[in-house]
Amino acid sequence: MPITTAFKTEIPRISILDEHGNFDEKLGKGLIPDADLIKLYEAMFTCRRLDDVAFRLQRSGRMGTYPQNMGQEATSLGAAYALDKKDWLVTCYRENCGLFWRGVPMEAILLHWMGDERGNAMPREHYATPIAVPIGTQMLHATGLAWAAKYRGEKQIACTFFGDGATSEGDFHEAANFAANLDIPVVFVCQNNFWAISVPGRIQCSAPTVAQRGIAYGMPCMQVDGNDIFATVYAMREAIERARTEGKPTFIEMVTYRLADHTTADDASRYRDKAEVDMWRARDPMIRVRKHMEKLKLWDDKKEAALLERAEKLIGEAVARAENIAAPHSADFFNSMYLELPPDLALQRDTMQTHSLGQDPSQLANTDHLNRVTEQAH
Amino acid sequence: MANLNMVQAINLALIQEMEKDPRVLLLGEDVGANGGVFRVTEGLQKRFGEKRVVDTPLAESGIIGTAIGLAMGGLRPVPEIQFDGFLGPAYDQICSHAARMRTRTRGAFPVPLTIRIPVGGGIHAPELHSDSPEAIYAHTPGLKVVMPSSPYDAKGLLIASIRDPDPVMFFEPKRIYRAFREEVPEDEYVLPIGKARTVCEGNELTIVSWGASVVQCMQAIEKSGKDIELIDLRTIYPFDIDAIEESVKKTGRCVVVHEAPLTCGFGAEISARIMERCFLHLEAPVQRVSGFDTIMPYYKLELDYMPDASRIGRAIDDIMAY
Repeated sequence: MPITTAFKTEIPRISILDEHGNFDEKLGKGLIPDADLIKLYEAMFTCRRLDDVAFRLQRSGRMGTYPQNMGQEATSLGAAYALDKKDWLVTCYRENCGLFWRGVPMEAILLHWMGDERGNAMPREHYATPIAVPIGTQMLHATGLAWAAKYRGEKQIACTFFGDGATSEGDFHEAANFAANLDIPVVFVCQNNFWAISVPGRIQCSAPTVAQRGIAYGMPCMQVDGNDIFATVYAMREAIERARTEGKPTFIEMVTYRLADHTTADDASRYRDKAEVDMWRARDPMIRVRKHMEKLKLWDDKKEAALLERAEKLIGEAVARAENIAAPHSADFFNSMYLELPPDLALQRDTMQTHSLGQDPSQLANTDHLNRVTEQAH
Repeated sequence: MANLNMVQAINLALIQEMEKDPRVLLLGEDVGANGGVFRVTEGLQKRFGEKRVVDTPLAESGIIGTAIGLAMGGLRPVPEIQFDGFLGPAYDQICSHAARMRTRTRGAFPVPLTIRIPVGGGIHAPELHSDSPEAIYAHTPGLKVVMPSSPYDAKGLLIASIRDPDPVMFFEPKRIYRAFREEVPEDEYVLPIGKARTVCEGNELTIVSWGASVVQCMQAIEKSGKDIELIDLRTIYPFDIDAIEESVKKTGRCVVVHEAPLTCGFGAEISARIMERCFLHLEAPVQRVSGFDTIMPYYKLELDYMPDASRIGRAIDDIMAY
């Protein structure tokens, strides 16, 4: 018997506005109305400014470790723009731009990195889950959230973000497999930024594209210029349509680049060449949009200067809100452990300032002081 | 009233909660068409459909991770991990997310899910099918850990777990899945999480145990002829220290019995708490009878590993003679 082909496929690559300013009219025309394009640019600009401010806050000791988003703004923003406001955004930690577009307050993100859990207390109406730290685990939550919507017969879907490194994690494969086999409407967006801290993409994936990882799960896959807001919106709309009408997942590889260090605790010059970074600086997602808008007479230096002023004000106010929030009560880390605190845990909370842990206050000769503390805590 | 074994009692609890609350769904490996490898979910897929009793891909982290998403999305998932030894891949999702989500979001995203897991040895199972990992999860803040020792308790505790607003590890001691039957009310009822049960009252010695070991303790007590109080903890976290304290202050002696390894087993915690609360009432040091600090042996030797009536009996003799 001759050897035949069991399976053959192609991975589409989508680019609409490239770094040289070339614009694909066929794909891009009418995709994003001019007024929206301006807003999207403003969102990227503001997010980029926040990165600078956050970096300075960290360096001056006013904030803990912070992961800059610089260079990757168009990925989550394109997704958030294309999604319905009620679709879940299940992010990692480099998706500020999409989260802000959704309405998540800037100070929530700042508070998270300032070591305050109140930053994660996302109002449910944003349909955004808090920053996920362990890498890759959140894809399963997205799958569960979309599954819950499907279970209830709602049209809501979920979109989850992760990096190229996260596709090495088992949870990526489990989430993709669950979503594909159980028909769960999830859009998997891989932000391939080429670096997982210091480990290059080739150690995460030997296939020519990360996108094709989705093929193994029977999922439609696309590779997209992730620094092209038009391309990310285009790809997302296709994936959203599939999720909404067929209830099926899609895998999108958004090729982008982390222009900054992994976090403020990292020094990327230890492991990557300046030439590579410079090449990607020229592919910045913002530069091409600005040029495109200038070509369309939508933008000029004056508007840019006014935007800078607005962004600085917005960020300044958010930083002030984050920094001026009332200090958390020292017992706060107990109070949300369970809906109802078990008595033993309540005792630990109520005596944390007055007794050594493990000492049973009921055996102390004088418990008056303890009773007072307990009353105050309540 | 019906005369049910533990498998039937759990099955009944699941049916009643699913009928009562459309948010409850089951997911796991082989829970659907097969009714679970222990038949705990027998007939449920037929009764409630594939939407509510879901055969998932073979992936423990996937089962728990998606269940977390389902719970965050407002449902009440009851995932099953097929055996204790397969909890490992799900550990990250349980401890890094389920346990933490409520507090790290300051209450914005509670995770009400009940993870059912058959645990423990004694059924001649293959490797990694006989472990007792309850202390690991009791040591993880944010979880509740429940282990029934009878059909009646299993039903009431499972219903309480499913209705609980926080994640519950519901360990089902597989050795006594079918070991005995007892009267189980057909109506739904709830046994509160965090409350122990006094199995029998006594004045000379307190034995604290949970899960399948409770049955071994009852045998040992019967053989000993002593006046012993047996406390079935029912819930490992939060645990009923008040019940233990009250009993030990009365008896002055305590033996803790569990199947899990000795070191850092939950008996260590109980022993420490008794020291803190009952020091001046103790007639003898607290004793522990447990599994050993070894890997659970293959089944030829499993009975040598697990506490049985004769080992518990030796502890009773020792502590009474102290």
